[in-house]
Amino acid sequence: MTTKAGSGHPGGSLSAADIIAALYFHHMRYDPKNSKWEDRDRFVLSKGHACPSLYAALAKAGFFPEETLWTLRKLGSILDGHPDMTKTPGIDASTGNLGIGLSFGLGIALAGRLDRKKYRVYVMLGDGELNEGQVWEAAMAASHFKIDNLTAIVDNNGMQLDGFTRDIMSLEPLAEKWSAFGWHVLEIDGHNMKEILDALDAADKIKSKPPVIIAHTIKGKGVSFMENQVYYHGKPVSEESLERALTELSAENLR
Amino acid sequence: MDTEMLTRDAYGKALIELGKNNENIIVLDSDLSLSTRTAWFGREFPDRFFNFGIAEANMVSAAAGLASCGKIVFASSFAMFATGRAYNQFRTVVAYPKLNVKLVASHGGLSVGEDGPTHQCIEDLAIMRVLPHTTVVVPADAIETEVAIRACVEHMGPLYMRLGRPAVPLIYGKGYAWRETPLNFRIGESVTLMDGEDVAIMATGLMVSKALTAADMLLKDGIKASVINVHTIKPLDERVITRAARESGAVVTAEEHTILGGLGSAIAEVLIESYPVPMIKVGINDSFCESGSPEKLLIKYGLTASNIVSATKKVVKRKK
Repeated sequence: MTTKAGSGHPGGSLSAADIIAALYFHHMRYDPKNSKWEDRDRFVLSKGHACPSLYAALAKAGFFPEETLWTLRKLGSILDGHPDMTKTPGIDASTGNLGIGLSFGLGIALAGRLDRKKYRVYVMLGDGELNEGQVWEAAMAASHFKIDNLTAIVDNNGMQLDGFTRDIMSLEPLAEKWSAFGWHVLEIDGHNMKEILDALDAADKIKSKPPVIIAHTIKGKGVSFMENQVYYHGKPVSEESLERALTELSAENLR
Repeated sequence: MDTEMLTRDAYGKALIELGKNNENIIVLDSDLSLSTRTAWFGREFPDRFFNFGIAEANMVSAAAGLASCGKIVFASSFAMFATGRAYNQFRTVVAYPKLNVKLVASHGGLSVGEDGPTHQCIEDLAIMRVLPHTTVVVPADAIETEVAIRACVEHMGPLYMRLGRPAVPLIYGKGYAWRETPLNFRIGESVTLMDGEDVAIMATGLMVSKALTAADMLLKDGIKASVINVHTIKPLDERVITRAARESGAVVTAEEHTILGGLGSAIAEVLIESYPVPMIKVGINDSFCESGSPEKLLIKYGLTASNIVSATKKVVKRKK
């Protein structure tokens, strides 16, 4: 998708892909025929630049035709470079300016509680995104308001645009930080489907405090020459390398 | 115009009244609820009031999340923080997706007074009115505030409203009447308070009462000024503004705001394309101000009836 678009963020899309697949095909309740269904579970992709993975999931789930995916980032497309809730069926929040999604999800969670709805909100954050102070404002507030109908998921791929997170702005000890803010912390391998699904189930059951899943992931996961390469944060794979990348990804699927 | 009242008191009262009949109204604040008066709603409806602490970015973004689920959300802080601290959030998750959030800020303008230039917000109208999908409202007194807040609930979409800190003179009579005639408040319209063929004075917020005083003073010198209360900065009442310019041939604008980008600029943008006439903007002349009592500050920074009078005399001389 990003190769065809000529721009985009393939690295962080691939690190998030397994978790997004788990959510959309094994966990969340939604109705692609009625994308604004009041009782649907919501997904807020706070790291909005990873939207190619989300768009692919939404197409697969039936919110719009798969052919639409090839219009990504093109003038007139319903698939903008970052998610737009007014344009794209299935998108629950317009995101992309980092640090905002957890707060937005908190608002959805408060509304759900007020309306006694059973839906749940899933907010995916990038690890680089955790540099933003607003994330911690939201973290503080979610536990203060005893939110338990929201699950935060950190796509902890260890990299951000300028390099490794440990070099740019250290996050560790990350689990302790969330826990100090009053969250129930689960740590998993974000590419192990069983671990992802077990953690999502476990998070659903936490009462009176918000759960966060810190998912250890690999930027560019599934494509040997993209893995852990900061180059692919905001640049698509070239036409020449695309076939190799796709072959590796399909082999990955079979494993 | 002898009685003075706080616009924020009117806001607090209006919220309680509206909250009684509409369970969808949710109110948020960021640790200034005693000043913005949203605490009154909080006492009445604790389940529908959330204090976010001193975290405006989080508050405005959560307001957007609530609005995405069909809530009518009022979020309040001081103008400086509501617009300055949460600008990107309002832009990206309220204005862009057209969510139904009403950002109602007290303590707008210079009349914040003693807290000084860090807290005086003289640029909010400029930065909020450039946002697409966003409505910007500045009531002139407490009575207009109440009807404006009611109108907000009927109005779908992003809205910024600026209120002040000090008490301001009541212009309107009970039930939003002007000289015994009851009016309807409509977002996007203006209110012509006085007619006069020599010049049109267009004012907003607390400058409206000063414009009325100025018009009376000008009459003694034989200058007949119309006075238009432009309570909605965006969308601007272009029809009435253009007509007033055409009929009088000169315009003075008055706002408690920097002369860059606010009411005066908005009106100039309209008139330059529709009917250019000599025009002078009364406002803060591109500077930060200082601590002091509101009254003394308004004098020092040129926001009095006399300032409007001298600007008017000057502009009338320039008429062709």
